Amino acid sequence: MKLFNLIRIALRALQRNKLRAFLTMLGIIIGVGAVIAMVAIGQGSKKSIQDQLSSMGSNMITVRPNSNQTPGGGARLDVSTVQTLTLDDIKAIQNQAQYINAVSPAVQGRGQVINAAMNWPTTMQGVSPDFLTIRNWPLKEGVSFSDEDVNGAAKVCLIGQTVVDNIFDPGDDPVGKTIRFNKIPFKIIGVLAEKGENAFGQDQDDILLAPYTTVQKRILAIPFIQTIYASALNSETSEAATQELSQVLRTSHKLTNSEQDDFTVRTQAELISTFSSTSQLLTVLLAAIAGISLLVGGIGIMNIMYVSVTERTKEIGLRMAIGAKGIDILMQFLIEAIVISITGGILGVLLGLLASKLITVFLSWPTLVSESSIILSFVVCAITGIFFGYYPAQKASRLDPIEALRYE
Amino acid sequence: MAKKIVEIHDLKREFRMGSEIVKALKGVSFSVEEGEFVTIMGSSGSGKTTLLNVLGCLDKPTEGTYLLDNVEIKNLSRNELAQLRNRKIGFVFQSYNLLARTSAIENVELPLLYNSSISINHRHQMALKALEAVRLSDRLDHLPNQLSGGQQQRVAIARALVNEPVMVLADEATGNLDSRTSYEIMALFQELNKQGRTIVFVTHEPDIALFSSRTITLKDGRVIKDSKNENIRSAKEVLAALPVTED
Ligand SMILES: Nc1ncnc2c1ncn2[C@@H]1O[C@H](COP(=O)(O)OP(=O)(O)O)[C@@H](O)[C@H]1O
Ligand SMILES: [Mg+2]
Repeated sequence: MKLFNLIRIALRALQRNKLRAFLTMLGIIIGVGAVIAMVAIGQGSKKSIQDQLSSMGSNMITVRPNSNQTPGGGARLDVSTVQTLTLDDIKAIQNQAQYINAVSPAVQGRGQVINAAMNWPTTMQGVSPDFLTIRNWPLKEGVSFSDEDVNGAAKVCLIGQTVVDNIFDPGDDPVGKTIRFNKIPFKIIGVLAEKGENAFGQDQDDILLAPYTTVQKRILAIPFIQTIYASALNSETSEAATQELSQVLRTSHKLTNSEQDDFTVRTQAELISTFSSTSQLLTVLLAAIAGISLLVGGIGIMNIMYVSVTERTKEIGLRMAIGAKGIDILMQFLIEAIVISITGGILGVLLGLLASKLITVFLSWPTLVSESSIILSFVVCAITGIFFGYYPAQKASRLDPIEALRYE
Repeated sequence: MAKKIVEIHDLKREFRMGSEIVKALKGVSFSVEEGEFVTIMGSSGSGKTTLLNVLGCLDKPTEGTYLLDNVEIKNLSRNELAQLRNRKIGFVFQSYNLLARTSAIENVELPLLYNSSISINHRHQMALKALEAVRLSDRLDHLPNQLSGGQQQRVAIARALVNEPVMVLADEATGNLDSRTSYEIMALFQELNKQGRTIVFVTHEPDIALFSSRTITLKDGRVIKDSKNENIRSAKEVLAALPVTED
């Protein structure tokens, strides 16, 4: 028996009952559509989180003091007042660390920024010029401050877009203007490119950047630094860079082997993987739910195929009488089931693509349809068809032709 | 001496119904030669269908021998029997058994789909020829529900002829038809027989048997009479003698 003939027979049988074939497919269509759309949502949110995190500077390493390192066991201090990080640490890193290509101290203070009659509460962060490299943050306008500005504690600053929007009239050019932060005048020399919200929902553009010396002396009046930002050479070396950084700081802080770190090193890569694994879990969960609906679709196929075999008992008897072998009947019903499941799969993929598109357009959730989810759905569909179609087909093939012909 | 298509000897068929054994055929022997038109007569329950199922290789006898076209079927497997039916037998059923929502020509092509040695082109040609033989060349694309009972049975006859079988088996093929259409079908069978087709026709109506060349009568699973028909009635003439009605 030629396979071609069997496929022809199966297709004609399906054509004779288009509506039923479609209704049988519906379970698969919805199942596959759900798989594609769910995985697309999972992948989309994963990708958008990754994008956001890497927009913060993908190789960025952050060092903060440990607040529980206060000697004497007294009350824990606010992190910003712990004084373990110093400019000597920065120098040590610059001189000794090989996997680090940029490092910047950071101190920050909250305050009111005033331009003429307009004011706005914001944060001023004191950093070195390298900070913009570490954060992967270009300027929209103007120039960054220089090392001389740092050395001279110059009263210059870079302004974030949110601050611009709140203290300048639309159309005003902030570059060259002087504003006041906590009553101290700062000259704006550049505007930061817009970054939007970070992964935690904080507005990254609500900021002023100034030389760290300026902020240390004129705003906070502190000699120590609060945070160290550094960047690894590339993402592959970020692990090595982290370890190296810890070692350099331990040496610089003269910690003995028995003593614990008095600082905490965080990498962006760590954050990314934490978030990725959360959204990975989400993807798996969504896929599992969708997979169950695919299973239900498969059972639907099996159910309808059983009904179909019973209903078409007489047809099966006739086919056997005119020479169909058991295997021919088996293949016919199996092919019918596979055609149903694969056609359902194709329609399901289209539905899934459409649903993903609609979700992005109307709910503005990020979605990402992955090729692997499409291929997987197809494979699962074919297997579903074979698996759930086999038993009804086998039942059909084992009918006795005489009894089948007599069936009413 | 004509070739023997069917040779059965002491054929028995028993059915087990729980603890009871129903003997449907209790030792039947006869042979059918090429070109014969045999009717098998008998009242309901006499074993006609059971006999025809064995002749058509749908069923195997419990005892006895059956040679179809000189092939002993006793030791053939299910698949070999299927192949034999496909190549050597044409079935015509009382209830036509056409596939619904399937055109006449496709219904006729069906047996050839289960024969992989026949190409698409050849298949179509053979089906056209078979439909021509039953004079339905103008109804190729009609669906069964667009055809009258007589036309449907003619499609079924074309389907039985399409594989050029050594023997056509019909079980009460006129049972669902009015007498006029029955005569038309019998006229067709007579015509096919004249062209050399071997036909075994089961019926319980004595007047149908008159159109055949030989009648075997069964009773309680035994042959009680087996006689050549000396003056065969012509179904065509009977039709012509019927009062003309709107058709
Ligand atoms: N599959 C079967 N199981 C049990 N008994 C059967 C079966 N087929 C036929 N019979 C019995 O065999 C006898 C002959 O049946 P059948 O050949 O159908 O008669 P006919 O076609 O002459 O009316 C009947 O008594 C019937 O009940
Ligand atoms: Mg009968």
